[in-house]
Amino acid sequence: MRALVWIVAETWQATVAAAAAFLPAGADVTLLHVRARDAETVARGARYALLGRSHRPTAEPLEVISEQSARQLLADAQAVLGRDAVLDARSGRIEHEVVAAAGTADLIVLARDQDYAHRGPRSLGPTARYVVDHAPCAVLLIWPDTPSG
Amino acid sequence: MPEALALALSLAGLAATLAAAIARPRWLPEAAVAVGAAAALVAVGAVTVSRAGQAVGHLAPTIGFLAALLLLADGCRRDGLFRALGDMMARGSRDSPRRLLALVFAVASGVTVTLGLDPTIVLLTPVVLATATRLRMSPEPDVYATVHLANSASLLLPISNLTNLLVFTASGLSFTGFAALMLLPTLAAITVEWAVLTRFFAAELGRPPGREAVPAAPHLPRLALAVLSATLAGFLVGSLFGVSPVWIAAAGATAITVPALVRRTVKAGDVLRAIQPSFLLFVLGLGVIVVAASDNGLAAAVRMVLPGGTSLPALLGIAAVSALLANLVNNLPAILIITPVAVASGPAAVLAALVGVNVGPNLTYVGSLATLLWRRLLRAEDTDVNLGEFTRLGAATVPAALAASTLLLWCGVKAGL
Repeated sequence: MRALVWIVAETWQATVAAAAAFLPAGADVTLLHVRARDAETVARGARYALLGRSHRPTAEPLEVISEQSARQLLADAQAVLGRDAVLDARSGRIEHEVVAAAGTADLIVLARDQDYAHRGPRSLGPTARYVVDHAPCAVLLIWPDTPSG
Repeated sequence: MPEALALALSLAGLAATLAAAIARPRWLPEAAVAVGAAAALVAVGAVTVSRAGQAVGHLAPTIGFLAALLLLADGCRRDGLFRALGDMMARGSRDSPRRLLALVFAVASGVTVTLGLDPTIVLLTPVVLATATRLRMSPEPDVYATVHLANSASLLLPISNLTNLLVFTASGLSFTGFAALMLLPTLAAITVEWAVLTRFFAAELGRPPGREAVPAAPHLPRLALAVLSATLAGFLVGSLFGVSPVWIAAAGATAITVPALVRRTVKAGDVLRAIQPSFLLFVLGLGVIVVAASDNGLAAAVRMVLPGGTSLPALLGIAAVSALLANLVNNLPAILIITPVAVASGPAAVLAALVGVNVGPNLTYVGSLATLLWRRLLRAEDTDVNLGEFTRLGAATVPAALAASTLLLWCGVKAGL
């Protein structure tokens, strides 16, 4: 069985705990993180709007910052998972990348991503809903918190 | 030379300069285009040597002021101010994305007001991105806030934005007089940003983060904090005794740069690069080109569009026209074009124009001409970016911030601030 565990910064612990609890011992696990480029792009565009200023970078490049935190997150997740896993760090439109990565998997594990303190349709945001709707494999959808009502 | 031809040539020079500054071809620095176009306009007689000289003489103190502020910001970076601010925000956020956003608001506004728009964009934004991702929070609200506040919080002091610096002398206001009139408009713009951003990102701000590590206690950048507070106090006190703020800024730049040069923690070449000589030349060239265009009919055209007087509708009109122009051609040329016309109606009109060119750019982000080119560049890099989100956020903040800031500016003028 090939299992894809899609982790997100805010809810990775709960997702990894679910993967550890539910995935069979023999499963091939891939831990996936996709970083959206929106924040970097906005920051880069703002720099671009500074007409006539020096283009020499005075700080760490923005991509490097988010790439490093993504790798750190995947490493932490693997440590908590406590078993071998392929680490897959991607960037781009999140829902598209996740569905593409799920193409070779038998099961995807993911967390609800919007108002997950309460049960109901609002617990799924547009990104996770897209993944649930388009994933070509089985889906294990977890609650990051214990929801009320 | 007939005026129509001179105007056409000046506008062509302006267009070439803007195109070079936006497209940034490696083989052609924008400063070379700006200075070259300005020289060509003088050579063909579109602007007289004495008028060009007058424009340069008028801009020279502003350029010196700008150089001092660039050195001051670079010294603060060297002393670790921005790193320390990142650590401070991380610790202070105590696991709450909303508290982090509040700290980002305070820090981004503070840096913009005291050091200017550039350091906020260039030096603070990467720190904010790193802080939010390190705390395992969604970085979008914080990065959008920083970028927005770099514009909308840049109203307060003459040093908070190059546009302010460019009109400060023309406005005839003192440093404290400028700050007193702009205090309420700045607070209004920041309040609008907070109200809109917290609603826009309500889902992100409601999620508890997945953080594990506790960030280290921040190292205190003593030199930067001391020099910065002394410089700010100097601006306010100096203003009372009629000391030109240029000298205060120069003193601050010296105080933060000379010790580093003596201790050899910085090389003379790095100091020179921090001043960005090509940027200073670009502004000078742009200034001469705009004078040529203004003298040959552009000012008359602006006079027809720009409302006169300082009634509330007039100030709102001035802010709106300025915001539109800033979105069309970027805020630097926009304020250079509008100031000579607005100044005839007095300082309130000039400040309304500043509200427009400073707050307005959040609407189309990099100016609409630039956005077109920028999108092309992005596509070339094969990135899939959601510009719609930025535009929606701009549409929700800019008109409200423009109206609120201009209204409070008008109130301040009426109250005799």
